[in-house]
Amino acid sequence: MTTYTDPPKESFRLSMLLYDTRYRSMTIQIVALMGFMLLAAWLISNTIQNLAALGKPIEFGFFTEAAGYDINQHIIEYGNQDTHLRASFVGLLNTLIVAVLGCVTATIVGVIIGVLRLSKNWLVARIMTVYVEMFRNVPLLLWILLAMAILIESLPQPSAFRGEDPAATMKLFESVAITNRGLYIPEPLFSRSLGDVHLLGQSSFRMDVSLDFLALVLVLVLSIFATRKVTARAERIQNATGLRPTTWYINLGLIVIPSTILLIALGFHLGYPELKGFNFQGGTHLRNSLTALWLALSLYTAAFVAEIVRGGILAISHGQTEAASALGIRPQRIMRLVVLPQALRVIIPPLISQYLNLTKNSSLAIAVGYMDITGTLGGITMNQTGRELECVLLLMLVYLVISLIISAVMNWYNNRVKLVER
Amino acid sequence: MSEHKFVRTEMLPEQTPPVSEVGVIGWMRANLFSGWFNSILTILSLLFIYYILSGVVPWTFQSVWNAGSLDECRQIMKATWGETHGHACWAVIKDRWLQLLYGFYPPYPYAPGATVGLPPSDAWLPSYFRPNLALVLLFVALSPVLFSNVSRKLLIVSAAYPFLMPWLMWGGSLWVPVSAALGFVILFAILKYGPSVMGSLVSVIVAVLAALAWWMVLSGYVTPVLADLMPIGLPEVQSRQFGGFMLAVLLGVVAIGLSLPIGVVLALGRQSDLLIVKSLCVGFIETIRGVPLITLLFVASVLLNYFLPPGTDFDIIVRVMIMVTIFASAYNAEVVRGGLAALPKGQYEGADSLGLNYWQAQRLIIMPQALKIAIPGIVSTFIGVFKDTTLVSIIGLLDPIGLSQGIRSNAEWNGIYWELFAFIAVLFFIFCFGMSRYSMWLERKLQTGHR
Repeated sequence: MTTYTDPPKESFRLSMLLYDTRYRSMTIQIVALMGFMLLAAWLISNTIQNLAALGKPIEFGFFTEAAGYDINQHIIEYGNQDTHLRASFVGLLNTLIVAVLGCVTATIVGVIIGVLRLSKNWLVARIMTVYVEMFRNVPLLLWILLAMAILIESLPQPSAFRGEDPAATMKLFESVAITNRGLYIPEPLFSRSLGDVHLLGQSSFRMDVSLDFLALVLVLVLSIFATRKVTARAERIQNATGLRPTTWYINLGLIVIPSTILLIALGFHLGYPELKGFNFQGGTHLRNSLTALWLALSLYTAAFVAEIVRGGILAISHGQTEAASALGIRPQRIMRLVVLPQALRVIIPPLISQYLNLTKNSSLAIAVGYMDITGTLGGITMNQTGRELECVLLLMLVYLVISLIISAVMNWYNNRVKLVER
Repeated sequence: MSEHKFVRTEMLPEQTPPVSEVGVIGWMRANLFSGWFNSILTILSLLFIYYILSGVVPWTFQSVWNAGSLDECRQIMKATWGETHGHACWAVIKDRWLQLLYGFYPPYPYAPGATVGLPPSDAWLPSYFRPNLALVLLFVALSPVLFSNVSRKLLIVSAAYPFLMPWLMWGGSLWVPVSAALGFVILFAILKYGPSVMGSLVSVIVAVLAALAWWMVLSGYVTPVLADLMPIGLPEVQSRQFGGFMLAVLLGVVAIGLSLPIGVVLALGRQSDLLIVKSLCVGFIETIRGVPLITLLFVASVLLNYFLPPGTDFDIIVRVMIMVTIFASAYNAEVVRGGLAALPKGQYEGADSLGLNYWQAQRLIIMPQALKIAIPGIVSTFIGVFKDTTLVSIIGLLDPIGLSQGIRSNAEWNGIYWELFAFIAVLFFIFCFGMSRYSMWLERKLQTGHR
């Protein structure tokens, strides 16, 4: 009888670091890490040397100095005596404003175009194809400059609104003035306002938040919460009896009535723009730079969104709709209960990455002079203070944080709707 | 049973379908007027198309081609049509199209003062010969890569192109690109013949070290000697003279050509089991993808010189090329990673069971399939990068958009917008649309019938 024993234990030899797969990965990783650290050390030491030669050590003290420049579109109060930090904060808010506006518009336009591209009407489908190809194959910067040129060159001047027989008139029941100096729209005003709440004291991030607005949001959230309760109750009754009570008018009332009561209580009215002197006064002034950027960003991104929506709808096999019909579900509910949930799973991840692209592309604001974070922190602040390294790195960091937040939301959503596969 | 009075004994001949179901009318009924809603949509679309065309067609074709300035253009329009509105002034394109295409690149680099209108007396080559040749050679070099029915011998041009193109564009001594190429020859020669002498791992290390030694040290001594012995070269062109659409294509080609291999390496790193390599790759990719290209261009224009040893000073175009390449690599890496992730696990296991090592498996089994899956994404990254080259106008380079602003600030053409935008848009559209059509063709060709 023979016995098998383990082969004699090999002692560790240095060559095993290269030839034994168990250890080789370790070697490769250590070499890679050392290479990376050497590279980083080299870059950092170069930077330190260069900065020392220029006499510009890294420091962020300039942020507390007065900025000294104006920002024409600002949502929070800002003057040129405010600090660079506040100017950057205003810029960041401007970036977020145009990003949110752009994402909403791009989604609406993109969904319409994507659905129409699948239309059985040959002509409509072709027009939408032309739209998509036109916007996808021409640089965004060109669209932004073109939108700006159209706004400045082809819209009437404010003076065209004056006189007995004006060349231009205000649109939408005399409430909106479209001029080449910008768009004047009515602003919401409250005659019995609750006032503002002042946040964050005297710091650079201080801001006034309107309590009226907060109250309205709170009421709407409560209303939506209530409608969900109503829907859940309808669901229970349907499961128990097979009959679904009609709920739409309850839901509508729950949303509309409380907010209307609140608005009346606060004395809500609109402040209309009026031509005074050489320009319009009152109302909210959307500058051309914002409008051009918003239009171009949303129309450009809409072309990509349209393709995503089209792909998502095409990805749902016809058998799903047929099976739902065979179960006796009505067409509208087929869309809501069967097709959309599946299509959304395909649509949402690339859609969010388009939102991310739109947010990053909003940095092109600098081309039309809209003061977003690139225009303030990476533009005027950088040029005035000469702190290129600090400004550009901070700018990148800000965008990186925005991107990471959006990515985190995307991952959370993906995990939530992920198909549980075998 | 009733008696049959009439029984047909022969088949009826086939009837032609009703007129309303075939031909143009049938097609229109099926596709345009299949219901009241569709009919309304069709009529609205027709009105929309008419509205657009009635503006664009007269503007494009009832236009002025011969004028020296916008004012002159407007006078001619007034004289011909009675109004200046709704007519294009293509004279600006006729006047400046060479600038929009080539920037300030000299048409005859060996005769600095010469212009296209005033060629030097001894001109025997057409104007802009060098950039044009570089573009033609680009297509020659790409053809064996893009189309499988082109002769494989052209691959020699593809291999030589990365060295030939910079020489044609920037000029200078022929020996600089030759010595750069020689480094690669050394690298590949040792990789090919080394393993039989000293083992594969040692030969890889030796090859890399030898090539680096050649590039960093030896070529610095050899190249000037060769240039003295045989002074072959082209007149130099400065980077600041580059511009126009040529600059966009140059940046696009360099970024596209370099970013794909780097992207593949990054994607492999991200998919690998080695934790440190993986986290380095993830960090790099996510950082680059998380910031807008414009901030990277700021890095190129103001920061890159801080990061390099004191005294180094690349010119701005090379710095922009580096940053755009880095940007494109990160995006390509994600696309290739998508391709790798889409491959069934069985392919990896099959490669393992055949006893292939990591690189063999990647080269023979994984990459060909993963890249095939990734083609649409890769091409759309390329299109994106090509479009994004316009951003260099923001840091002051003279790409078409930068030049158009320059032309507009000129007294003669002050206030001209649409014609310049239309020209630039058409140029970009042709390139981008061509690329997207090519990718669709390639996808169909590589489609092997299963998903």
